[in-house]
Amino acid sequence: MTKPQNTAFKRSDTGQPILKTSRLILLKRMWKYLGHYRKLLMLAMLLLVLTNALSLVGPKLSGLAIDAIGIKKGQANFERVFLFSSLMAISYIGSAFFSYLLNRVTVKLTRNTTYKMRKDVFDKLVSLPVGFFDQHQAGDLISVLSYDVDTVNESLSTDFLQILNSVLTVTVSLVFMLTIQPLLVSIFAVTVPLTIIYTRWITKRTKPMFRRRSAKLGELNGFMEEMISGQKTTKVYGREDEVIREFDDINAQAVEAYTTSEYYGTMVGPSVNFINNMSLAVISVFGSLLFLAGRVGLGDISSFIQYSRKFSGPINETASILGELQSAFAAAERVFKLIDQKEEKPDAENAHRLNQVNGDVALQHINFSYLPGKPIIQNFNMHAKPGSLTAIVGQTGAGKTTLINLLMRFYDIDSGQILVDSQDIYHLTRESLRKAFTMVLQDSWLFYGTVFENIAYSKPNASKEEVENVARTAKMHSFITKLPKGYDTMIGDDGVPISKGQKQLLTIARAMLSDAPMLILDEATSNVDTQTERQIQAAMRELMAGRTAFVIAHRLSTIENADNILVMEDGNIVEQGQHAELMNKNGFYARLYKAQFEVS
Amino acid sequence: MNTLLQYLKPHKGAMILTVSVKFFATMMDLIIPSILAKIIDDAVPKNEPRLIYQWGAVMILCAVLSIISNIFANRNAAVTSGKITQKLRHDLFSRVSYLSAQQLDGLTQSSAVSRLTSDTYYINQFLNRTQRMGVRAPLLLIGGLIMTLTLDFRLTLVLVFTLPFISIIVYQITKKSIPIYRKQQRVLDDLIRVMQENIAGVRIIKALSKTQHEQERFDKVNVRLADTGQKARRISALSSPLTSVTLNLGLTLVILAGAYMVHQGLSTTGTIIAFLNYFTLISMAMMGITRIFIMFSRGLSSAGRVAEILQLPEDLKTIKQDHPLSTDKYLSFEEVSFSYSNIDDNLKDIHFSLARGETMGIIGATGSGKTTLINLMLRLYDANKGRIFIKGRDIKTMSTEDLRSSVGVVFQNDFIIAGTIRDNIRYYRDISDEHIWQAVQDAQAAPFIRETGEGLDYRVAQKGNNLSGGQKQRILIARALAGKPELLIFDDSSSALDYRTDAALRKALKKNYQDTTTIIIAQRVSSIMGTDHIMVLEDGRQIGYGRHEELLKSNPVYRDIASTQMGVEGGALID
Repeated sequence: MTKPQNTAFKRSDTGQPILKTSRLILLKRMWKYLGHYRKLLMLAMLLLVLTNALSLVGPKLSGLAIDAIGIKKGQANFERVFLFSSLMAISYIGSAFFSYLLNRVTVKLTRNTTYKMRKDVFDKLVSLPVGFFDQHQAGDLISVLSYDVDTVNESLSTDFLQILNSVLTVTVSLVFMLTIQPLLVSIFAVTVPLTIIYTRWITKRTKPMFRRRSAKLGELNGFMEEMISGQKTTKVYGREDEVIREFDDINAQAVEAYTTSEYYGTMVGPSVNFINNMSLAVISVFGSLLFLAGRVGLGDISSFIQYSRKFSGPINETASILGELQSAFAAAERVFKLIDQKEEKPDAENAHRLNQVNGDVALQHINFSYLPGKPIIQNFNMHAKPGSLTAIVGQTGAGKTTLINLLMRFYDIDSGQILVDSQDIYHLTRESLRKAFTMVLQDSWLFYGTVFENIAYSKPNASKEEVENVARTAKMHSFITKLPKGYDTMIGDDGVPISKGQKQLLTIARAMLSDAPMLILDEATSNVDTQTERQIQAAMRELMAGRTAFVIAHRLSTIENADNILVMEDGNIVEQGQHAELMNKNGFYARLYKAQFEVS
Repeated sequence: MNTLLQYLKPHKGAMILTVSVKFFATMMDLIIPSILAKIIDDAVPKNEPRLIYQWGAVMILCAVLSIISNIFANRNAAVTSGKITQKLRHDLFSRVSYLSAQQLDGLTQSSAVSRLTSDTYYINQFLNRTQRMGVRAPLLLIGGLIMTLTLDFRLTLVLVFTLPFISIIVYQITKKSIPIYRKQQRVLDDLIRVMQENIAGVRIIKALSKTQHEQERFDKVNVRLADTGQKARRISALSSPLTSVTLNLGLTLVILAGAYMVHQGLSTTGTIIAFLNYFTLISMAMMGITRIFIMFSRGLSSAGRVAEILQLPEDLKTIKQDHPLSTDKYLSFEEVSFSYSNIDDNLKDIHFSLARGETMGIIGATGSGKTTLINLMLRLYDANKGRIFIKGRDIKTMSTEDLRSSVGVVFQNDFIIAGTIRDNIRYYRDISDEHIWQAVQDAQAAPFIRETGEGLDYRVAQKGNNLSGGQKQRILIARALAGKPELLIFDDSSSALDYRTDAALRKALKKNYQDTTTIIIAQRVSSIMGTDHIMVLEDGRQIGYGRHEELLKSNPVYRDIASTQMGVEGGALID
């Protein structure tokens, strides 16, 4: 007997994707978004220069004012003091004014680029083939649209201008300081490289710590979310304590990762502060000595110290912005990866619209595979006459939805021909082909909107009578009228809660509203309880009348009456024919059928 | 706030240490500019370079002390806030784990998740940063003011004069922008919803060629989000220019006033230069305080949300044993009624009993109360009326341990964890691989588990995304069987199984779980027609109870269901 293993769930470290795309290419593409708003950008730069120039004059002016005061009693030259003070006031007010304008412009820029990027992401998303959504998690896509887009744009306009600002401040401060006393500036030849080397060193050391910290936090959040959604199960098996124990483990790791990163990360602030203080000390000493030597005035020392504070500020800030840019780059990479996804193949050039459909469907020599080299359907043929019923049966996971995917062109076949009314569907526009079908899927899809909007979704401009009529046929009318606002009641995830069965009935009503000549039912009845299903079946008969129907069903009563039954196993169509034929054959279908009544 | 304080208490010593050291470090920072004034006013006029060097050395000493104590305090703060958060998260998670189903319903899962994740994160950040900046910024402000007071109290008054203006500006801007930021959060929720709907409904949307319609729908929310964000930022955009212009004008006033005072011999130029330096420090402190203000309000609102959960009362208490029922039945319901909302009864007068090893099938329309019945049986909720007995004991008198230790359940849409198949079947219990394989065989899951090539070590993705619906159900069934339960409950848990697998499962249950009392909720008559008893539910009422053959004769609803599905009597429906 094997001993029970008490190993915890192993979780892979979900680290950030490694940056592979070249920075330059990313930067260029990010730049393109700003490039759309060139005028705003130019304005922002102009305002930036203005506000900085004005604020940088301040210390110089205050130095001049101090010089005008003099060092001893009774030396003050008030005329000059007033002059410089009022100039100071004017420059500060002007600087604040331009800085506000600059902020406004930046906000506008951010608004525009964010909006544009979101739009691009969404527009891309809706034009992606269905296969993409089968392979990607909704949560991931949503985080691209919300967090990643935000991160990129926050960085795009603010960081870009901030860096520009820093460069400007540093240069101008340097120039001012040089004009005051070049000898004193030499101090920065030591402190600036020191700051840069130090910050680089510490960022490099802490980078993996911060990455680990966010990975661990993600893991913790994932675990909590998972366990809360399964709380009922945990309760029933009385496993609360075990789950909490595992939680404690992950929690301890997350906290440890957080503390470690903070342990080193919080060194930066005091260290930079230290370097600033050191510069101040050195400047004070040498400045005073220079003053004694008659090389500088007191006002000069004062201005110099103020400039030196302005000078080291941006250098530190740039260091931290570079850190933020890291995450912006990572986010941009995810956004662009999504935008670069291959869209659904465009319609063929000579594609024409499918008009006046009878609903005759033929599949000839079809070959298809989801993954290249793993054929699913091989040389398959079938024919469905207008108004006929084709049933698709098979075990779970046998690939019953494949055929639907091909008919609707959600996926493209590898070879062969699919004909609707003897026209190759690859020579038709996708829109006209898809509009010839009406569909009810297993997962009832409703959006946040009124009941009316949800039903009328399949037919724009549907009248109130039309919608009510299909609701009646689907036996939903009386239910709907009992809702708080009748047909105007908001439903969907955030709306009035309605049961699974009722959701299903609403989607059936929606399908009924369409006058498409062909119908697809994907296990549509398995969610509905049996009584309701009976009512639906009655309605379905009406819906199917005159329509070519393709039904995936578990219900043998449906299948028995089909004109053609496709029996699927492991993705392949293994048998086809009518119920009686297949029963006589005594093959896979017959076994499947008998299993229903095989009560032990 | 009080809840948070309780968590801070054990770390009082460490926090006081952090704050004191931080205080010391800040004082060091504050002394440095005043030394500059000293140099200019004392050493320079005396023309004594030695004095200048001495003061310079003192400045460097202050700088060194400042960096050492600052780093020490910061690390201390990180460790303390980490510890507090760890404990808080632990308590919160434990509390949530033991909440009753009713309490969790009231809270909603998503809200519980966000309280555990983002709220505790904000609290951690808040604790960490407040210990650091929260001390430093006010100290810089107050210390800076004190230092300027010692330099020259009249000039300080000029400075103090600007503070009320700044407070008003900051307060007004925060007050105006907070509701807009909150609104932005709600609009973002809308945007995400549209996106979710589009991902979930991709087939329908494409089938109906509604892409353009969806693009327009998204665009509307997108514009709304962009505009709301712009509105909020525009208000915030005022804060930094307004604050800095006020401070800078104050600075200009200091120079003007200073000029008079120096002229009169009431002050010195060195003082004014030091003043300008303190000014920079003070304005930085002001900016810091503004940020803390925002952090403080967010941290507190998070603490409030966390406290709400921690303070929830204990639900579903175990009551004292009164008089046990003398019965040989394993499970009995006596006139049980229940309502989730206390308005309409979700179940009314349910009455039945099962002997050990008997099976019962439950059938009925969606919303007829099938799952509710299970919830009461497992005491996830308490019945409003009537009593439920297991082995003669009222379940309200049983500890949850006693009640649930011998149960195996598969809920409707039960949940799969990211982990191996073994993890999923064991579900934190001590179950040997041998038992797991037995359960896997019975659940008809063995073939596909072997096919993975990795057996029980096969890794299941989150929410079981790499498994088909039928495979998931079989793993869940194996989970229920693996504990050798006395009571087995299947809530619509074979719906994704084909008839053949379903039949094989029923056969295995019959053979290997003879002593297990089994309850099966199903939509398919074929899944339950072989059970010892069948209950037909309609609108929470038990409208039929008996064997398949009896119900076919006596119960019109049941007959209807059966004929719809199997063509019995009613014949084929689709022609």
